[in-house]
Amino acid sequence: MGTTFPKKSSPTNAVVVEHVPHTPTTQSYIPAIVEGLAVSMRHFFKNTKEMIRGETPDPILETYEDGIITVSYPEQKRPYPERFRGVHRLTQRDDASPRCVACLCCSTACPAQCIYIEAGEYPEGDKRHGYERYPVKFVIDELRCIFCGYCVEACPCDAIRMDTGTHAAPYDSREQFIYEKDLLLSLPARDGSLKTINPRHEPGDKSHPGLTREHGH
Amino acid sequence: MNGTQLVWALIKILVMIGFVVNSAAILTWLDRRQGAMMQDRVGPNRAVFKIFGREFRLAGLLHPAADGLKFFTKEFYRPPRADKLLFSLAPILSMMPVMALVAVIPFGDTLCLNEIYRKAADGGGVWPAEPRFGLCSSQMSAIDLMVSPLNVGLLYVFALAGQGIVGAAIAGWSSDNKYSLMGALRAASQMVSYEVAMGLTLIGSMMIYGTIRLDDMVRWQGDHAWGIFVQPLAFFLFFTAATAESKRIPFDLPEAESELVSGYFTEYSGMTFGMFYFAEYMEVVTSSMLIVSIFLGGWELPFLHRDGLTIAFGEVSLAHVAIPHIWMEIISVLAFFGKVAALCWLQCIIRWSLPRFRYDQLQKLGWRVLLPLALANVLVTAVVDLAIDRAGPNVWNGLDVVAEVTQALTAVVITYVVVRIAIGFFTKRPRRPRAIGSAGKMAQKTGGVPVTPMQA
Repeated sequence: MGTTFPKKSSPTNAVVVEHVPHTPTTQSYIPAIVEGLAVSMRHFFKNTKEMIRGETPDPILETYEDGIITVSYPEQKRPYPERFRGVHRLTQRDDASPRCVACLCCSTACPAQCIYIEAGEYPEGDKRHGYERYPVKFVIDELRCIFCGYCVEACPCDAIRMDTGTHAAPYDSREQFIYEKDLLLSLPARDGSLKTINPRHEPGDKSHPGLTREHGH
Repeated sequence: MNGTQLVWALIKILVMIGFVVNSAAILTWLDRRQGAMMQDRVGPNRAVFKIFGREFRLAGLLHPAADGLKFFTKEFYRPPRADKLLFSLAPILSMMPVMALVAVIPFGDTLCLNEIYRKAADGGGVWPAEPRFGLCSSQMSAIDLMVSPLNVGLLYVFALAGQGIVGAAIAGWSSDNKYSLMGALRAASQMVSYEVAMGLTLIGSMMIYGTIRLDDMVRWQGDHAWGIFVQPLAFFLFFTAATAESKRIPFDLPEAESELVSGYFTEYSGMTFGMFYFAEYMEVVTSSMLIVSIFLGGWELPFLHRDGLTIAFGEVSLAHVAIPHIWMEIISVLAFFGKVAALCWLQCIIRWSLPRFRYDQLQKLGWRVLLPLALANVLVTAVVDLAIDRAGPNVWNGLDVVAEVTQALTAVVITYVVVRIAIGFFTKRPRRPRAIGSAGKMAQKTGGVPVTPMQA
């Protein structure tokens, strides 16, 4: 007698469950009841002991451990993964002006069309005048956003990031979900910084690889 | 009845009603918290009160108080076409019998007041121990630790336990709601079915104990063996029937949420719902008290008698330590309430472990299993009892030794359980290192999840 296996064509790893024969013992349910009560009591004693002694498994580091692994939410928070896409922020330059050059790449890439940008020229006399623009208005509707991260991918200046590590907060009214430029600029990254580690080379800097005002046309 | 007896009666009523009502409130917490522990959850722990800026949660024990406050402040809503009188009467009818039922349950050994007075008169010295047999030296000073020493004992219990049906049936009928009515029908038929089996299982016990007074039953068990050894089958049958009487899972068909919203009290709100809810938990307590009194030796503990600790097997006496009467009283009261608490805990374990019966299964279990088994138990008990009566002193002495052995067995089992729990409490469970997710890796970088002290 060879052992029969489920057919290979089965898409799942089917487990063959043995049929329990109907005997007076199984039909009285008494062994099953005793077994069930034993399981319940084991869990009860183990969890009560660990709760009293404060030895419950760490809900994050020991997620797969037996026992109470509840994250008690307002007091405990599950840390988001490193690359979690949280609420957007606009990164700042060294002089606290936005890195954004209002190229509209992000709002073009946005599938939800939740980014609104009004571009403006730097004032006459500013060395960036005629070289790059800045956003007069930069508005993100966080209710509309689907947190796909395409805006971050599209940005050529590393000006918009989603590394705040916080999810969109629940508010009372829809207006509060409209994030304006100043708010977006004030949101810090997870490490608390308002800038990014990618260097920014301003026109005129020695480190600037390309055009200066003089080299330009 | 003189003044002293009146005061003692009031004290006994306060103790009994206070215990039942308070433990019912605590049971509402215990039930949820214990279920959480059994299912690897945290359970209720949010109710909090603040004193001087410090938060106290007491492991969720404030939830019954919060629930009570909520019950009282909620609106009492009555469906427009409900029967006004009966609708308001039903919660009272379901609660009162349970509270009245505890009147005949003894919660401690007979208290001899003259022992305590003698101590005061002597002005110090060791309190004397009472003799093991016989009542107090002065009959007037004997205080039975039960609210009412009725000589019909168990019959009173059955009369009142049967009244529970009335409240449920009236509640369902007067609500003007089909689900309520179906719940009431189920409750009525279920309780009638199990009342029969419940009464018949105890016939055997009554024959052996030779009394229907609960305190005499307890005394018999203290002198011989606990009821669970004398009538093991009746114990399990009665336990099943009592669980069914309290209308809790696995017998909660009258209030089956998935079928009948919440059965016969669907239409009740606020404290009227609270009374049904409390009545259910009080039934758990009272049925535990009955089981303890009839099958688990009531206030008696193995080898502890009125005169103190006596370890003896037949003629062979191993040890005897006289213990003052007042200590024996305290031990007996604590033993009774401790046993009741343990049994309530067991009922909660059962409630969270077993699935609900189907309705036909419920009726089959009642009429085709419990009832025939109860009748067979009566028959066998009668035959054996008669045979033992005719057997003569040799058999009686042998049975006495067997009874002492069961007492020893009980003592060993209780000690083992206590020691095992204590050892288990101080043993740390080995952890198995396993793979962690990306959130866990992030937590490792940032030093784990910040844990606040209050989670229990």
